Amino acid sequence: MSAMQQQKKIRVLVAKPGLDGHDRGAKVVARALRDAGMEVIYTGLRQTPEMIAESALQEDVDAVGLSILSGAHMALVPRVLELLKANGQEQVKVFVGGIVPDQDVPRLKEMGVSGVYGPGTLTDHIVRDVREAVLGNSGAPAV
Amino acid sequence: MILAASVLEGDRLALARLLTQIENDTPEGRAALGELFPHTGQAHLIGVTGAPGTGKSSLVNRLARYYRQPGEDQAPRRVGVVAVDPSSPFSGGAILGDRVRMRDLAGDPGIFIRSMASRGSLGGLARTTAGVVQALDAAGFELIMIETVGAGQAEVDIARLAHTTLVIEAPGLGDDIQAIKAGILEIADILVVNKADRPGAKSTERALRGMLQLAHPIRREFQHHGLVSQLSRGGDSQPPAESSQDDEELLWIPPILQTVATEDTGIPELAQEIERHYEYLQATGDWQRREETRLKAELEQLLQEALLSRWWASMTQSRYQAVLQNLVEREISPWEAVSTLLDGGES
Repeated sequence: MSAMQQQKKIRVLVAKPGLDGHDRGAKVVARALRDAGMEVIYTGLRQTPEMIAESALQEDVDAVGLSILSGAHMALVPRVLELLKANGQEQVKVFVGGIVPDQDVPRLKEMGVSGVYGPGTLTDHIVRDVREAVLGNSGAPAV
Repeated sequence: MILAASVLEGDRLALARLLTQIENDTPEGRAALGELFPHTGQAHLIGVTGAPGTGKSSLVNRLARYYRQPGEDQAPRRVGVVAVDPSSPFSGGAILGDRVRMRDLAGDPGIFIRSMASRGSLGGLARTTAGVVQALDAAGFELIMIETVGAGQAEVDIARLAHTTLVIEAPGLGDDIQAIKAGILEIADILVVNKADRPGAKSTERALRGMLQLAHPIRREFQHHGLVSQLSRGGDSQPPAESSQDDEELLWIPPILQTVATEDTGIPELAQEIERHYEYLQATGDWQRREETRLKAELEQLLQEALLSRWWASMTQSRYQAVLQNLVEREISPWEAVSTLLDGGES
């Protein structure tokens, strides 16, 4: 009983940086992660990279999901990664969802992004990737 | 231990990591809390509860901002926020969405917000919320606001944890019969009618005022410690002689305030009432009594958990399953099953 409650939960921040107002994708992913037993901190629209990094720190998350449909991913993602690192959170996994042109995907991954998910991605796929990225990293017990 | 020392030095990442350890109830978390405990007991703990959608998060946002920028000749105070949202009973997952309303607080090092999932607890808080609050207290946050899950009628754990409990109402949620029921309204030190720009705010306030007038004579004898020890199940209440200081001016009558959190209306007045309640608690000795009641409740909870886990450790799965099977087949009653398991009778 109490042993069950002591299990580590995967904590994920789902945030929408930038100025576009389409948060349906972020909500769908947040819900899927929740249904997979994770604790999802949802911060809503129009977050700056600074706000995202601050939330990630206070909430001590294992992963950060960024939903970007504005095309500004090549500016926003590196900034978030940089701030996480500056805060001592370089172990936090960052994944990106939204509209990302194919040629940008390898560049984002080179920066350290764990996954990039476009329209039509199965949520099961994202859930599996997040779990693998987080647990492979810390060796913590499963959710 | 390094974690506790870093927290005392103001390291925010160390604090965040400690809160995770506390939430997961790890040996590291327990050890650090032990080290930090002498540094606790400084903060004013403010509970914020009420039905879903009444505006708890928005009010916490505005109050926190007010405490950071209180206006001339008042020093800004450091504010911790613990916001609890429910865990799914099926997957165990949770969406913690209170930060959505707290965007104004970003970028201020004098504020620390932590979201928690209730993880199966039913009283409006998580099992480890008290520990998380203690860590923030030790880290030097002077005001700690604890936002419960959207509460219905009976989620009253917050009254055990907080010094000052705000119950948030909104117009149109219930009539005067709702207002005289037992439960959440009783635990209010301050009642807030939020969304007061909506129709019906006046009649909500009137219903609440009527409730207070009816409840007041009873409340007077019980005072706060009586109320709280009732909550802590079987706790023996203070002897009646305690209420000898029962002077009219020493009674706390919960004020009713109107606010519109989204427009920042009524916030300084609310902060002022919170301050007045703090002074009341200090002047009457209720502060000390609440501290005692809270620590006693915490001790009882931890004791129960420790006894239970010790018992589980002494129990073999096969034996437990055998007794359970007997119960399911209706060969023994639930009470007989309990005494078999506890007293080691034959199953």
